[in-house]
Amino acid sequence: MPEETTNGTQAQTTLDICVAAGCLSCQGDLVKEALEKEIDARGLAERVAVRGVGCLGLCMAGPLLRVSPDGILYQAMVPEDAGEIVESIGKKPVKRLECDAEQSFFTRQVKIVLENSGEVDPDKLDDYTAVGGYDALAKAVGEMEPSEVISEMVTSGLRGRGGGGYPSGLKWGTVAKADGARKYVICNADEGDPGAFMDRSVLESDPFRVLEGMAIAGYAVGADSGYVYCRAEYPLAVKRLKNAIRQAERAGFLGSNICGSSFRFTVDIRLGAGAFVCGEETALISSIEGNRGSPRPRPPFPAASGLWDCPTLINNVETFANVAPIIRNGGEWFSGIGTEKSKGTKVFALAGRVQNTGLIEVPMGTVLRDIIFDIGGGIPDGRKFKAVQTGGPSGGCIPEQFLDMAVTYESLAQAGSIMGSGGMIVMDETSCMVDVARYFMEFCMTESCGKCVPCRVGTMQMHELLEKITQGRASMKDLDLLEELCEVVRFSSLCGLGQTSPNPVLSTLRYFRDEYLAHIRDHVCPAGVCKMKSPSKIHAEVA
Amino acid sequence: MPAKVITLTIDGRDVSAREDYTILDAAKEANVKIPTLCHLEGLCDVGACRLCMVEVKGIPKLLPACVTKVSEGMSVTTDSERLLHYRMTIVELMFSERNHICSVCVSNGHCELQAMAMRLGVDHMRVPYRYPTLPVDASHERFVLDHNRCILCTRCVRACDEIEGAHTWDVMGRGIDAKVITDMNEPWGKSESCTSCGKCVNVCPTGALFEKGRSVGEMVKRKAFLPYLTQMREGKK
Repeated sequence: MPEETTNGTQAQTTLDICVAAGCLSCQGDLVKEALEKEIDARGLAERVAVRGVGCLGLCMAGPLLRVSPDGILYQAMVPEDAGEIVESIGKKPVKRLECDAEQSFFTRQVKIVLENSGEVDPDKLDDYTAVGGYDALAKAVGEMEPSEVISEMVTSGLRGRGGGGYPSGLKWGTVAKADGARKYVICNADEGDPGAFMDRSVLESDPFRVLEGMAIAGYAVGADSGYVYCRAEYPLAVKRLKNAIRQAERAGFLGSNICGSSFRFTVDIRLGAGAFVCGEETALISSIEGNRGSPRPRPPFPAASGLWDCPTLINNVETFANVAPIIRNGGEWFSGIGTEKSKGTKVFALAGRVQNTGLIEVPMGTVLRDIIFDIGGGIPDGRKFKAVQTGGPSGGCIPEQFLDMAVTYESLAQAGSIMGSGGMIVMDETSCMVDVARYFMEFCMTESCGKCVPCRVGTMQMHELLEKITQGRASMKDLDLLEELCEVVRFSSLCGLGQTSPNPVLSTLRYFRDEYLAHIRDHVCPAGVCKMKSPSKIHAEVA
Repeated sequence: MPAKVITLTIDGRDVSAREDYTILDAAKEANVKIPTLCHLEGLCDVGACRLCMVEVKGIPKLLPACVTKVSEGMSVTTDSERLLHYRMTIVELMFSERNHICSVCVSNGHCELQAMAMRLGVDHMRVPYRYPTLPVDASHERFVLDHNRCILCTRCVRACDEIEGAHTWDVMGRGIDAKVITDMNEPWGKSESCTSCGKCVNVCPTGALFEKGRSVGEMVKRKAFLPYLTQMREGKK
């Protein structure tokens, strides 16, 4: 589609450059400036427009630039390349900067959540409405009863994308039925899993979509205000979200009389100070209320008694981003994608020892091998795949034997891991699985809120034991104690953080027990990661 | 409207309870003793110590008895081998966290943590001690805070907030570094909000909060006044 330039003329060519955090960190903004200068200098402003767009996916090759309508994709540019790129417009593309847009990384994806990512300028409401944005909201408030919206969500089979996988339609229905003069909608944007950046990218690339989902949710459950709880470490996401709220309010998509109806819905942002536990819904609510962000026992669930004791609907960024297309195309359409129990698509942040790191969206049920070796391009440097860690600190490591497994909520759970919010860290033979477990346990230990004893002290003790193992100072008794603590912490912690913190240990013990034994019995780290004290030195210490 | 009465079984025994009871309330009435540390009659429950965890038939998770409401036909097990094992480990974890040395503690013999260890049969430690270096705040003219003995049950925090209404106490820091503080982490003696009422000291289960100038034999905590104060304030009978 031709881009309208600032002077109102239709540009023939558009240069779409990614301005999400990943590409900005590799000077994407400087490249954009250089391109603009170059175009001005050549007097091409009427013919060529430069546009900042959301994440184009292949983060490892940033900054990425797409030339429309030619469909050329450039990668890893520096500001000095601007002249050459502008020069080549309408001619032969710059070979050395070209990125193969036909590679599996791009062609094998199915985009629902990320359909506008890289297509629209996240700072411009007009861009969003031009691709059908806010149609779903207008349809919901104009043509549908709240109960119809909910039944559409139930039909879709969408499950919570924050990690729990709870059926979204059921949750919406529960909040809608709950008694309360006031109700709230909360968008959980407190993404804190190591290696995960799905929510950040969605907020940075398509903030209007998330707001639209929240407004539809508000209409469906009977809430008139909502909060986005976003971590303060995501300043760009917060900035774009603020701008999106302002523009949506001005255009009548938020605020009073939305789309000319009597429905009213406002959205505010609350910044999280960077505590992982605040992603847990009761801790998040406590934090919004202005209290210490620590969880409380459930029930009562937030759907019955949440923010300021009012019924509250909490969904994750990606869940809300799925709402508009479901309402637009119908629940049936959505439930036709994915598997029987895991519907739709899932966004994964592919990271670690994989060729193509970046943001991908694939239908549920896509085989792990396809994700890692086809879309991800396999393991670099000719090394061997060892495991993939899914679900962040609450997840587990999946070994090679499960590579042909279809990725669904159920299959991951069966393999001892979880979907989580969608972090996927690939590991090769240079990773020590005991060290990986130690790393995640350290994360859980430092992120524990300290309220309940098993999580506060148990994670610390488990971390100590893992340290001991990685240093070659542990005995088999320590391993027994570690396993025992896994069980106690898992079953007696108050909230999800504690209950799931043993998962990385349990899954590595399940599939890589021999590595633990090598550390303990032979004082050897098979991957060569852990710095071991020599056995003689340990014996000397003991003596 | 009077609360409905329902029936449930606790450890195989049929028990009746009001619908607004927690499992702990129902158990107490039926003379079934569930171990607790952070729970204290008269204060709101937070479910933090995890000692009162019970098994409920049909629910795979363990539930804290202090905050779980009873329901019709519920079948509760308060005392199984698994629960005892977890409780013992939790008490061990508490001992390992800070410096709980009974022989030199002013609460020796009147300490709920010590009593809990004896009750559950924790006679040795499997988890290693941490031996943290923690300060003692003796800046208050009448009371002392010894972080070495604190188990972060937050009874002091809740008593000060809910009963005294001062909210001098709170918790700061995360995870293993969490600690109770007065005001904005100022010395207790300099606290402007503290009314020196001593409720926090009297509800503290261990020797973390104690009165100055008292010997071990004298340092007995009086916590039974809390339900009375709560009842009076709320006009309950």
